[in-house]
Amino acid sequence: MATTKHTIVAIVHDRPGVLNRMVSLFRRRNFNIDSIAVGHSEVPHLSRVTVIVNGTTAMVEQVRKQLDKLIDVVKIFDITGEKLTSRELALIKVKATSSTRSEILEVADIFRANIVDVASDTLTIEITGDEDKIDSMLKLLQGFGVREIARTGRVAMVRGSLGVMRRVEKPLKTRVRKQS
Amino acid sequence: MKKTGAQIICECLIAEGVDVMFGFPGGALLPFYDTLPQYSQIRHILTRHEQGAAHAADGYARATGKVGVCMATSGPGATNLVTGIANAYLDSVPMIALTGQVARHFIGKDAFQEIDITGITLPITKHSYVAMDAPSLAATFKEAFYIARSGRPGPVLIDLPKDVMTDQAEFVYPEKLDLPGYKVPRQGHPTQLKNAAKLINEAKQPLIVAGRGVIISGASEELKDLAEKAQIPVITTLLGIGCFPGGHILNYGMAGMHGTGYANKALENCDLLIAIGMRFDDRMTGKVSAFAPKAKIIHIDLDPAEIGKNVPAHVPIVGDVGAVLQMMQKMIESNSHIDWIQQLEEWRKQHPLLDIHDSEGLLPQHIIHELYEATQGDAIVVTGVGQHQMWAAQHYTCHEPGSFISSGGLGTMGFGLPAAMGAKVGRPDKTVWLVDGDGSLQMTIQELATLVQDNIAVKMAILNNGYLGMVRQWQDLFYKKNYVATPISCPDFIKVADAYSIPGLTVTKREEVSPAIEQAMAYDGPFLINFMIEPEENVFPMVPPGAANIEFIEQPKKEVSSWRRRSIQ
Repeated sequence: MATTKHTIVAIVHDRPGVLNRMVSLFRRRNFNIDSIAVGHSEVPHLSRVTVIVNGTTAMVEQVRKQLDKLIDVVKIFDITGEKLTSRELALIKVKATSSTRSEILEVADIFRANIVDVASDTLTIEITGDEDKIDSMLKLLQGFGVREIARTGRVAMVRGSLGVMRRVEKPLKTRVRKQS
Repeated sequence: MKKTGAQIICECLIAEGVDVMFGFPGGALLPFYDTLPQYSQIRHILTRHEQGAAHAADGYARATGKVGVCMATSGPGATNLVTGIANAYLDSVPMIALTGQVARHFIGKDAFQEIDITGITLPITKHSYVAMDAPSLAATFKEAFYIARSGRPGPVLIDLPKDVMTDQAEFVYPEKLDLPGYKVPRQGHPTQLKNAAKLINEAKQPLIVAGRGVIISGASEELKDLAEKAQIPVITTLLGIGCFPGGHILNYGMAGMHGTGYANKALENCDLLIAIGMRFDDRMTGKVSAFAPKAKIIHIDLDPAEIGKNVPAHVPIVGDVGAVLQMMQKMIESNSHIDWIQQLEEWRKQHPLLDIHDSEGLLPQHIIHELYEATQGDAIVVTGVGQHQMWAAQHYTCHEPGSFISSGGLGTMGFGLPAAMGAKVGRPDKTVWLVDGDGSLQMTIQELATLVQDNIAVKMAILNNGYLGMVRQWQDLFYKKNYVATPISCPDFIKVADAYSIPGLTVTKREEVSPAIEQAMAYDGPFLINFMIEPEENVFPMVPPGAANIEFIEQPKKEVSSWRRRSIQ
């Protein structure tokens, strides 16, 4: 079965060990996490976790259901295939000499990235966007010599007015098994 | 008035209706044990090993339906609980495991007997807590007990730092729970119920496979009503034994790897499979792609993650088994399925389970039959893991839920003796028979001392073949009889029992079986019978690993009796 990238959003209690429980489940069910991003949500004491995983629909459904059983997970959704706004942030420290500096600035400008730090022989660029955008800028910067990269992993939100806390879970899908 | 943490723990246990717990003390638990005598309502049973405490709490919970409580000190005490916790997790047994922990200021310092037990048990607990202050103890216990017993039950661990037990706090047992992330599904989805009822009404050859979920939900009556109304044959999983009356005309026994031939034939040929409170374990399904090949599947389970995990369902119903069956019963039509049942009866004749071959030796199957005769099926049968477990499952007819207690998911050798102990403590009114193997028993034999100290009258039937029999059987059938590391010596169990002041008998002949069982039953206290069974007897039928259920192997018709008893001293 074909594997695809899935975006899972979980609203979890802001307690010690919660992330450990979630990540442990991925390991236990033999899943690779592409990226994971955690931060506060709009509700006090609740955090929002965005996990990107690669897997078949059935496998991801299984891991979503297992995660849902964790007491500290309040809500969880697989929002793959919906209309999403998704962003990632990256900080890139790139080598810059007097001769390359202006060229780097030009690249940053094309990608609407910001220069957040300037040192004698480096520039640090902050870029926000989807993975593709960040990957393409990185490709262009490689030629100048990239010293360091820090990426946040993807955060995502469904477009439209409804907040994730107000969503209603879809009923269980019926999967028809192949008759031999 | 303020109470100490240790007092609060005791108050919480009492508030949750705990009257017995199994434990083993240690440095980190001293404040608790110092306080315990103030609460005479709680009976504490000192086991000889923490694993025994966990299995005893497990056996207690299965026999009573209540939450079992076990306790161990920090470090090695806590790690010794791990197998017992995993066992309870895989078989969905409600359990509270309390572990001592080093004082808070020592946590993270690799202090003496410090271990990260919540980390170790993360994948084998339903939930866990580190109680970091005395004021939150009561809420923690309230939540822990609720989580352990509700929904799909499971073990919950509470780690208790030593100094939290000496800190003081006001004790108020909370009335309400604050668990927004914890959902317990109750009623099934109406559309799916309708779909299921339609399939049941249309089916020509329907079959019910019932598991431990029926027992947990207390839905035996509902299951019986449904099966009888539509005349649907019922087979069970290993842990489902007892959820449907053993002697019922519609009961076709256990299916799967060591299931009856007719149950596996029914699976092969049914056109509708109604799976109730079971999780399609590989020991049940055999080769998944060939499992119930002609059937549509209705899967009823409380745990949504079980639906579609191993075998996809045509109609998934997430809900409490009892509630779902009650609704369903109203939606289905009476039926007779005469042709189908006649077919099953035909198979029952063709593949009789009780086709026990002739042998001069003492056969385990006969022993289990005699045990059934002597107890009239009214005992609680607890087993270890191995051949004896399968013989007990096949040949003892259980009539009520909770009367067959066995380690299913984890397959824990050594489960038997401590679990039987817990079952007897929970149900002193019942005769409790441990059916164990010589290998299994030796893993937790130290609990004989607990039986004596706390006067727990467990009757023990040891099926002694001088082998790790089930592994030897696999070596026999699939590894060209290369018996490596399976011949196992054992002590003279009668002498061992005697050393603990437990009376016992060794039985070598078939005619001695029944009198020995009578003598054990008549004795007021624990009693051990050492049955010297035919060493190389195998469990049949058997589905070879990786094969389809329909490929079950039956007892070879004229087996040459390899009647050479190994010398075992």
